[in-house]
Amino acid sequence: MTSNLITATPAATGEGPQEMRSRSELTAKEVLREVGSVLRMSEKDAAELTSSPVENDEEQTMIINMGPQHPSTHGVLRLMLELQGEKVLRCKPIIGYLHTGMEKQGEELTYMQGGTNVTRMDYASPLNNELVFSLAVEKLLGIDGDIPERATWMRMLLSELNRMSSHLLFMATNGMDMGAVSMMIYGWREREEVLRFFQKVTGLRMNHNFIRPGGLAADLPAGWRDDVLAILEGLPSRLAEYDVLMTNQPIWRERLQGVGVITAEEAVALGTSGPILRSAGIAWDLRRDLPYLKYDEVEFDVIVGSYGDAFDRYAIRLNEIRESMKIVYQILDKMPSGDYRIQDKKVTPPPRARIDESMEALIHHFKIFTEGFKVPEGEVYVGIESPRGEIGCFIVSDGSPKPYRIHMRAPSFVNIQALPHMMRDGLIADAVAVISSVDPVLGEVDR
Amino acid sequence: MSEAVVDTSVPAEQLYGCEVTYSRGEKVIHASRENYIATLKKAIDDSFTMCTDLTAVDFLTYASPNRQLPSSVVGERFEIVLNLISLERRERLRLRVQIAEGEASLPTAFDLYPGTEAMEREVFDMFGIQFEGHPDPSRILMPEDWEGHPLRKDFSVGRIPVQFKGAPS
Repeated sequence: MTSNLITATPAATGEGPQEMRSRSELTAKEVLREVGSVLRMSEKDAAELTSSPVENDEEQTMIINMGPQHPSTHGVLRLMLELQGEKVLRCKPIIGYLHTGMEKQGEELTYMQGGTNVTRMDYASPLNNELVFSLAVEKLLGIDGDIPERATWMRMLLSELNRMSSHLLFMATNGMDMGAVSMMIYGWREREEVLRFFQKVTGLRMNHNFIRPGGLAADLPAGWRDDVLAILEGLPSRLAEYDVLMTNQPIWRERLQGVGVITAEEAVALGTSGPILRSAGIAWDLRRDLPYLKYDEVEFDVIVGSYGDAFDRYAIRLNEIRESMKIVYQILDKMPSGDYRIQDKKVTPPPRARIDESMEALIHHFKIFTEGFKVPEGEVYVGIESPRGEIGCFIVSDGSPKPYRIHMRAPSFVNIQALPHMMRDGLIADAVAVISSVDPVLGEVDR
Repeated sequence: MSEAVVDTSVPAEQLYGCEVTYSRGEKVIHASRENYIATLKKAIDDSFTMCTDLTAVDFLTYASPNRQLPSSVVGERFEIVLNLISLERRERLRLRVQIAEGEASLPTAFDLYPGTEAMEREVFDMFGIQFEGHPDPSRILMPEDWEGHPLRKDFSVGRIPVQFKGAPS
């Protein structure tokens, strides 16, 4: 054993008798506990374990740290794994390494500035974060019915393209984690094309702050349709390559099939959403089941798995790229002309040209950017389908220009609770596959 | 804009023995600490099998009567907010529980919704509200030796002093 591996008896881990006993010994309540036995070991317990003496038990187990500095933990996720040989007996994710107090920060920023804050949470799908924040603020303002058609369709376009870029990033990292390193290059290449489009539209590759309460920051640039079509026409042949490289390849299937299985009951009980919930066979997609924007006017399929394993989650995301492309084609057909933001003086700054000729417009512009706009009292929760699952925004307003409380329901934060269930009794080599298949974004987990 | 002012002349709408209000068209029920678990059990039996979100609000500096509470519910400093989903009926339901400052605790919902474990730990970490019977009542986002609960309104955000040339010290 190397020095960084700690050995301990299961009883000394401080996690209670949730492991190492057969199910027949457990009461129903304990089984339920075990179903939810997640995120359980505190850092203090972990520190105590490191100092506990080595016992010469025949059934020797050891606890190792995986992360926070580990290339396959997608950032700073730290997992404590209890191992018996190569078998993972228990697992506990320890998070908080990227915590920057974004919800507290959100209380200090006006509704105008809030978009810059929330967009940095899930940095792989920033536009969806902005979208849910904007929808929540608009609902509080009572202007959610007055958003121009074009703004709504533009939001859908950006949201779906963001879903594609996020899933392409997953293809890349999933391939990399599994050892298909060439896949990493391909996934990144395709994602880059989408990001280039975002850069053209919003000015930034990531953290756009483009979708704002009341509409969007700007209209689509000239030639946007050709750019989107270029992405859509280039992708199918690339996705077919992925099928050759991964989906139909025996090594890939062997590596993922039957790994990290989660049942439908567990997935619902743990509150998971997105591809994890769908991989367990539950057809739940907020775009279809609780439609927002104009998702009830487009045709698409909800991709559902049947085994709840890592391969299902991979296949769901791959096919969701195809479904998103289908949606984007329909958006191109239906994109109406009109305004890209609401013409409500309360939330919309005056156009730049007006500032040069009107004192009132200048004052208005100054006031809206320094003080922000007041939002009526009330509370609201809006949830939408981000690439990782349900992202929700809960805002309590006390009538001032800043949210009294802003809470983001982060899908990765909840989904990560499923890790111990997926890893139980698996191999340590499969742990990497399991983390990858959950596709957590740590910026969103820790906020 | 506050649409939740309850008209006392008509009997208030009830659901699972709790009063119902609507906030921007969203259905909200108000449970008490005592019937919190019983209400959740009724909600589960009524197909609200998934708890998507559990969070808290600290109303220390916002004691306005416009908090959209029914007349029978007394607003306290803390409030736990749960968002439930019925996959069957495609419905959302929000549940609010008032918690007084002196008794900042609530029975855990862990046995009913195991997915609330991390969320309850987050609420404990950020607001200092204890969840009785929680299997692992430890901090989740802040370091273990952190003092205070950051999302409480009396927890200062802290500032870095900025010095300008010639500024009075």
